[in-house]
Amino acid sequence: MSNILELKNISKRFTKKLDLAGKAARLLGSGARDETVYAVDKVNLVIKRGEVVGLVGESGCGKTTLGRVVVGIHPPSEGERWWQGRDVATLSAAEKHAMQLQLQMIFQDPYASLNPRLRVIDIIGEAPVVHGMVAANEQTDYVAELMQKVGLDATLAKRFPHQFSGGQRARIGIARALAVKPQFLVCDEAVAALDVSIQAQVLNLFIELRQEFNLTYLFISHDLGVVRHLSDRVVIMYLGRVVEVGATDDIFASTGLSNAHPYTQALLAEVPRLDVRKKNFVAIKGEIPSPLNPPSGCHFHPRCPHALPRCSIEQPVLRKIAPLRLSACHLNDL
Amino acid sequence: MSPVLQVQNLRTHFFTKAGVVKAVDDVSFSLERGKILGLVGESGSGKSMTGYSIMGLIDAPGKIVDGSILLNGEIIIDPHFQYPPRHWRGLRGNRLAMIFQDPMMTLNPVLRIDTQMIEAITAHQKISKTVARERCLETLAKVGIASPEERLNSYPHQFSGGMRQRVAIAIALLNKPDVIIADEPTTALDVTIQGQILFEMQKLCRESGTALIWITHDLSVVAGLADDIAVMYAGKVVEYGSVADVLDTPLHPYTQGLLESVPSRNIRGQALKQIPGMTPSLLNIGAGCAFRDRCQYRLADCEAALALSVHSANRQVRCLYPLMADSGATA
Repeated sequence: MSNILELKNISKRFTKKLDLAGKAARLLGSGARDETVYAVDKVNLVIKRGEVVGLVGESGCGKTTLGRVVVGIHPPSEGERWWQGRDVATLSAAEKHAMQLQLQMIFQDPYASLNPRLRVIDIIGEAPVVHGMVAANEQTDYVAELMQKVGLDATLAKRFPHQFSGGQRARIGIARALAVKPQFLVCDEAVAALDVSIQAQVLNLFIELRQEFNLTYLFISHDLGVVRHLSDRVVIMYLGRVVEVGATDDIFASTGLSNAHPYTQALLAEVPRLDVRKKNFVAIKGEIPSPLNPPSGCHFHPRCPHALPRCSIEQPVLRKIAPLRLSACHLNDL
Repeated sequence: MSPVLQVQNLRTHFFTKAGVVKAVDDVSFSLERGKILGLVGESGSGKSMTGYSIMGLIDAPGKIVDGSILLNGEIIIDPHFQYPPRHWRGLRGNRLAMIFQDPMMTLNPVLRIDTQMIEAITAHQKISKTVARERCLETLAKVGIASPEERLNSYPHQFSGGMRQRVAIAIALLNKPDVIIADEPTTALDVTIQGQILFEMQKLCRESGTALIWITHDLSVVAGLADDIAVMYAGKVVEYGSVADVLDTPLHPYTQGLLESVPSRNIRGQALKQIPGMTPSLLNIGAGCAFRDRCQYRLADCEAALALSVHSANRQVRCLYPLMADSGATA
């Protein structure tokens, strides 16, 4: 399988410049500096064609930012993005344009991501007409076909988003992304806002569409159950860095195993499960630290039950610990 | 042991221009001291409205039209009687407390935490601010907030989401209420923080004997936490029983469908079992089983009205043809 997308040392920083008062304070000798958040910090990621990669982490760990960098909404501050074996920076304008159509995103909030003043036919049908994929007089048929594909009644095409339920809106968002015939979909918490029974319907739709169109997904979610069900590989992020990558079955089998990253283990232990009754909850201590001022060395060391002195000084590198398994932890050296 | 909270045939209806919305329709359950009831359902099933009804938070056009709610054997809600505000002030925050989904909305953003906490105590008890402050410190420490002295002088925006929810829980606990109603308190939080909150709540219920109603859409959360489960659908309790009974041998097709659509129960990569269709509009919902249009076992007489029937000891189900314990076939 060829690589459809590759990220090489991608970083995304957000800087808050000092305001006038801050600059004045600095002139007078205070230690005020520009505040920088490393939302994504030197991430390497390879996604193969036809693969579903799950991206997991707590809120504020940079998973949405990474998804946006992948699609190209945020330009990376550093690093290279490769699309189908070519560096995106070297592509011509026309090639970039073509690439952009192949790369689509499904956004988190089905309530906020649809224009409330457009009818569904325009929400779904605008892009393919603008890009000349469909003639304007064929728009109605094209939209009807897409709506049926995602399980919506095509007679509702003239309605506005507020006339639909949450699950239906999620489907509109999916239909909009599919309208330009993409090869790669970034799904950012695409099912988080939905009820369990509706979530199951939308997840099934993702599985069907993948088979039908041979799609590649980057599936961003904080719900480990959903990620486990859908993904071939799982990437776990903590505070802007990737801490572990592995095949889904390996990652989810690793509870209690010594070779898994302590953060992965903690995350898996916290997932509520149907078959665990009257559980004695044992909490992992602390909260995710502020990305403005992340801990030194390994970002996870203040919460890690196995932290060594070395962990607070030296940043562990992501390296191969088993076939298809990458981990960033000093415990791997022991 | 007599139950601390009894809800009997509660009906809360909303009289809108479009018609009567039966948000809560014939809901009954009882709760003993120190027990945890999981109230499970999808959005619009009436689970939050049940909680609001108990707290007396139903505003016009909504009204409790029938049923009664008893706290320690004493009637606190009777639909035929208009209670003065003083009645509610004595109950809310004192003997009944509620924790809401969004902790940012619960806390007043312009008041410091200490002001809000001390006020909650002095509203119900005649004690000095110094004593009240001591109690606040104790309670904050109990819900796992590090260095409560400093935190007490902070504003809500200085806390993270998980910390804010802990403060909200601490405020609910201040007057050692008999019943706490928690309305999706961990839905907005990460799994690691959710784990911490569940840990604190479980410990507090065991230690203080406070009964807890945990309202959620997530079956796996109640699986680990609750003693009993009530599954709600379209304003009605469709199944009620102990956690082990309901989750291991669901009797109602809806409960079964919910359990089967949880991703971790299915084989990876294969299509999930799904419940077709979506929840019906609560507006002018007819008699008969509300789930019948989505039910795979539907028969002609499902149109008839039906009550929550006792299936076995501590087990109730609202279905004419409850599922057999062993297979998916109807009785």
